[in-house]
Amino acid sequence: MASMSKADIGRILARQGILIAFAVFIIGFTLANERFLSPDNVMGVIRSSAILGVMALGVTFVVISGNLDLSVGSMMSFSTIVVLDLHDKIGPALAIPAMFAMTLCLGAFIGFLVGYLKLNSLIVTLGMLSAIHGLTLTYSGGQNMDIVDKEGTWFGVFGQGSALGIPVPILIFVALAALLGIVLAKTPFGRKVYAVGGNGTAATFSGIKRARVVFLCYVMSAFCVATAGLIQASRSLGSQNTVGQGLELDVLAAVILGGASLLGGSGTIFKTVIGVLILGFIQNGLLLVGLQFYVQFVVTWVIIILAVWLDIAAKRGKLWSNIA
Amino acid sequence: MEAGKLSKFLKNGAIWGFIVLELIFFSVAGEFLSLSDKAFMDADNMLLLLKQSAPIGIIAMGMTIIMVNGNIDLSVGAIFALSAVILLDSMTWEVFAGLGDWVIPVSWGLALLTGIVLGAINGLIVWKTGVDAFIVTLGSMLGFRGLVFMYNGENPTSSLNWTLVDFAEAQFLGLHTATWFLAVVTLVIWYVMTRTVHGRNAYAIGDNREAAVNAGIKVGPHMLINFMIIGFLAALSAVVFYSESGSVNPNDGQLYELWVITAVVLGGTKLTGGSGSIISTLGGVLAIQLLRKGLGHIGADTSTVNLVIGLILIAVLFLDRQLNTKGKEELKI
Repeated sequence: MASMSKADIGRILARQGILIAFAVFIIGFTLANERFLSPDNVMGVIRSSAILGVMALGVTFVVISGNLDLSVGSMMSFSTIVVLDLHDKIGPALAIPAMFAMTLCLGAFIGFLVGYLKLNSLIVTLGMLSAIHGLTLTYSGGQNMDIVDKEGTWFGVFGQGSALGIPVPILIFVALAALLGIVLAKTPFGRKVYAVGGNGTAATFSGIKRARVVFLCYVMSAFCVATAGLIQASRSLGSQNTVGQGLELDVLAAVILGGASLLGGSGTIFKTVIGVLILGFIQNGLLLVGLQFYVQFVVTWVIIILAVWLDIAAKRGKLWSNIA
Repeated sequence: MEAGKLSKFLKNGAIWGFIVLELIFFSVAGEFLSLSDKAFMDADNMLLLLKQSAPIGIIAMGMTIIMVNGNIDLSVGAIFALSAVILLDSMTWEVFAGLGDWVIPVSWGLALLTGIVLGAINGLIVWKTGVDAFIVTLGSMLGFRGLVFMYNGENPTSSLNWTLVDFAEAQFLGLHTATWFLAVVTLVIWYVMTRTVHGRNAYAIGDNREAAVNAGIKVGPHMLINFMIIGFLAALSAVVFYSESGSVNPNDGQLYELWVITAVVLGGTKLTGGSGSIISTLGGVLAIQLLRKGLGHIGADTSTVNLVIGLILIAVLFLDRQLNTKGKEELKI
């Protein structure tokens, strides 16, 4: 360690820059408002981050495989509306698997287009953002969905219940993160995801079925979206058509904050969870110190750019770009 | 005709063929389904269509340059909204109280300046930090929108100036003011892209950045200027639109980036940069507006429009790939 040069220190600082910034924020917020680190508040923040977090887990797979998913927000609206509608028609026990099946079909469709037909994922998912939004509006007839008998259903357990003093949304988030973390880090499939995103051609030559891996990433993302929709629907037992609108950006922001490169091949589930928590705590902290709700948008902007910039700067060894 | 030329002709003409198909389809379908007894291809209706194309169309011209350059700009909707807020709010500022109607050019100038500055912020960050334009503008899409909300909360910003409304609703040689703006912007950007060094460099940089650098093209300043152009055009679009309506909600312009990118991609511009044409983008803009209007004409609601536009975007991407199998490998964004 003694032989560490100045450049090394700079590199480490840049690599960990986002964590350092996070620590500074946490300390600042705690000094400004003692409630910030109270167990109640911490639990509240994680709980309200859970929906975003669950979606970000799936998108992490997609991003590591070298693609994008901009359709998760409108897909989440779809899941929420469908499960609420079916709840009153066929009962919660059937509604949940039916909703999962429908959402997985959407994911499979996107996976087919991007994986097997090799279409550009940005445009495909941008198109699906619009198309699924239209599908949701058609399905609901433009109406908000509400469960009629809100008292007499056990459906609320996923969003409102708690076990061992921990809210169920947090338990779902943690369990799913652990499961997908293991899949990504410890299984052959996980290694294939990295290989496909890192160098698709090389992966193909080494016998990896690129199309199938990309396809499965989108199906996984859809599974996460369906889970998020379930939590959302269960939490409020009623919903607007546009409940997930714009969430795709927050999700992507969290994944990028976690350090996954949009070029593919890098990122981990753990880092994404950190990214989700950073977003959640900073938004909460800004509100607690009495700033307007909208300030968080501007702060998020600055944080995203700083995070990605420092990461890139560390890799190229200097702060400013080489662009002439 | 050689095979290469034929496929090029098919590709360049495809968007106009699509427009003709739409016109025929909606005219015929309208006969059976339309609730109004007016024909779809009514002259007034077509003029209105051009006018309604203007807000998206003006921004799409800027997006074409950006995408030819190999970048993307997701923040145009937010720039549009912030410029509109500045436009309408500045008309009521005390400093300008003595100006009378001369406040109009001043407010226009301020709004356009806002757009240029916001575009420059994007461009500078892309240039100096080397962060991908997708991430930079994804961030500023949030950030600029945050500024809009911080300006006036969730309240609409309103200011109706009748001189301005008269100007915006005027028709010259049969075309509305907004249509003229679209036409002039299209012409100017077309000229820039096909007849100037700046345009030629834009294609060169998008096609092969390294080669462009080796050829001595200053990539950074070039991209900065292009981001300023699209910022200016997003503001111009706001100026044209809000001069007439006189009231802006903080959510206005949301999803504009989706419509604009859809129009540009329909027009055949590649996300990978290096190819694209202003005239085809105009075709893409008209095709989308025609689709929205036509579906409305035959009684479909917004939900169907969203569904159809999304699927058409994907279909176009697929067809383009099929027509272009020997094309360059798609770059990952």
